[in-house]
Amino acid sequence: MVGGKRGRGGGELKRFEVIEHTADVGIRAYGRSREEAFASCALGMMSLILDVGSVEPRERKDIRARASGPEELLVRWLSEILFLVEVEGWAFGDFEVREVTGDRVEGWGLGEPLDPARHKVSGEIKAPTYHMLQLSEENGTWVAQVIFDV
Amino acid sequence: MRRKGVRSVGFLDKVRQVDEYMWEIPAEAQEGMRVPGIVFADREILEKADGDNALQQVANVACLPGIVKASLAMPDIHWGYGFPIGGVAATLVEGGVVSPGGVGYDISCGVRLVLTSLTWEEAKEKLPELLDLLNTSVPKGLGTKGRLHLERGEVERLMSKGAPELVARGIGWEEDLEAMEEQGCYPGADPSKVSERAFARGKDQVGTLGSGNHFLEIQVVEETRPPADKLGLFEGQLVVMVHSGSRGLGHQICTDYIEVMGASLKKYGYSLPDRQLVCAPVESREGRDYLAAMACAANFAMCNREAITHWIRECFEKVFRAGARNLGMHVLYDISHNLAKMEEHVVDGKRLTLMVHRKGATRAFPGSRPEVPAKYADTGQPVIIPGDMGSHSYVLVGTREALEKSFGSTCHGAGRTMSRKAAKKQVRGEELKRRLERMGIMVRAAQLSGLAEEAPEAYKDVRAVVEICEGAGISRRVARMRPVAVMKG
Repeated sequence: MVGGKRGRGGGELKRFEVIEHTADVGIRAYGRSREEAFASCALGMMSLILDVGSVEPRERKDIRARASGPEELLVRWLSEILFLVEVEGWAFGDFEVREVTGDRVEGWGLGEPLDPARHKVSGEIKAPTYHMLQLSEENGTWVAQVIFDV
Repeated sequence: MRRKGVRSVGFLDKVRQVDEYMWEIPAEAQEGMRVPGIVFADREILEKADGDNALQQVANVACLPGIVKASLAMPDIHWGYGFPIGGVAATLVEGGVVSPGGVGYDISCGVRLVLTSLTWEEAKEKLPELLDLLNTSVPKGLGTKGRLHLERGEVERLMSKGAPELVARGIGWEEDLEAMEEQGCYPGADPSKVSERAFARGKDQVGTLGSGNHFLEIQVVEETRPPADKLGLFEGQLVVMVHSGSRGLGHQICTDYIEVMGASLKKYGYSLPDRQLVCAPVESREGRDYLAAMACAANFAMCNREAITHWIRECFEKVFRAGARNLGMHVLYDISHNLAKMEEHVVDGKRLTLMVHRKGATRAFPGSRPEVPAKYADTGQPVIIPGDMGSHSYVLVGTREALEKSFGSTCHGAGRTMSRKAAKKQVRGEELKRRLERMGIMVRAAQLSGLAEEAPEAYKDVRAVVEICEGAGISRRVARMRPVAVMKG
């Protein structure tokens, strides 16, 4: 599966792809900035939980996370979103990230309350892991890669 | 199949065959290995594990400080993170480490078998009604909450006191406790070591099945061998298998303590080949805190499976219009696949107290061990091995040989052989449901796409895995069951 594309100054960029893993599943997400890569990675993770296309962007939920380093920050950001899905019952159809600094991320998710009947849920995610975790930049493209325990 | 981001490291060249089912990765195979790796497998499984990088993971685990004897892998080995799935490692309690990655995210994920006195012939006409009732009575899937509405203090008591606390509330039977590891209460649990976040994720999930590979399955005992009768198993018998874990509570505890131990690695001067292997000395503050939180998750998981058992008994009572006791609905045993336990083992003639990590592996003790319930003293501890939805499951018993070879451990299931993405590509949920129904297996699933991920072809042949365990002597087959109804989250 390949996620939606996003054009932002310089053509379209694939947002994410699913990585194969025998027991689990991962996302490799792309962005022209670290912020875009974080947002795309979150969208990729949501796509593993439900059909993101079935979510209406009715409400905006602010999401913040802090951590000691950039890769840890990516794991924390995704953990925060997972918590909102599992505990507060959110279904997100997209994400925007305002700023990623060395130890802090600020952004929001667009979505609505989770309705398993309408949102075509495919399964739960237990956690983002540090296994094969990657956050890097090459020739202006940021790559955020995370394997999830499902 | 070439996978992005994955490459085989060709560990096979470094492996030495010890006997028909035992392979050794010598400690010289990789820098930093403190002990050799031992894999129980046949050549086919070994090659697959190498392609998966799981052999590399066996070698990585051998680098853990304080590891004794060997880094082990059971025949259901496949790629995990940090530890392979099917990995077993024992570390010294004094001078060794505990690693949350050696337990996994779903702490005390496990399986139990509930017996009945019903035969398939007696029950088959009522099966559709029973499955429909179970499907609406046992909560499953994302966004569902448990049927128990517990106050915070009540959940904390379940975490610290385990299944006996639930039984005291009238959920489950007193006799069930004897059929659980640690009699339903893992020692040392301390809810103050569990984060608010973990508490929030788990508090409404007691008595929920979850999704992914978790299931409730009605099976018929097809073949038995001695001492099946001593375990209460007979051919033609209807039994119920439950596979579930500690839900969001355990997942968050693992997440939290991987972070805690990641931050303390430098303090203890550890350098590890994989970040998912983060660990801390068993006797450090971080190690003790993790074990206290892990015990909370283990108790939560046992309560979870006990509550599900209670709903199952209620459904049987309604459908068969008889009491669950009259229907013989005893728990054979409740085992965990993902746990670290303090155990005594003899290594090189010396009796040692060890922290035995089992990740996707099952304890398989002989009856002589004090941990085994008295009623299984003659038979050995029952080991319950689920297959995939389309194939058989097994009951095995632990052996003396397992104590010598694998710290009393055996496999935990078939083990995946195909990624979820590949499975979904090959199999459509609707088709799979029809195929299973043609095989005489009724299916209820929260999501059909989730069902496809768990297709039988995504798993190893469970029979081969069990045969290797038996061939290697680390457990013994007692019964084989075929599925007749499956409920998936």
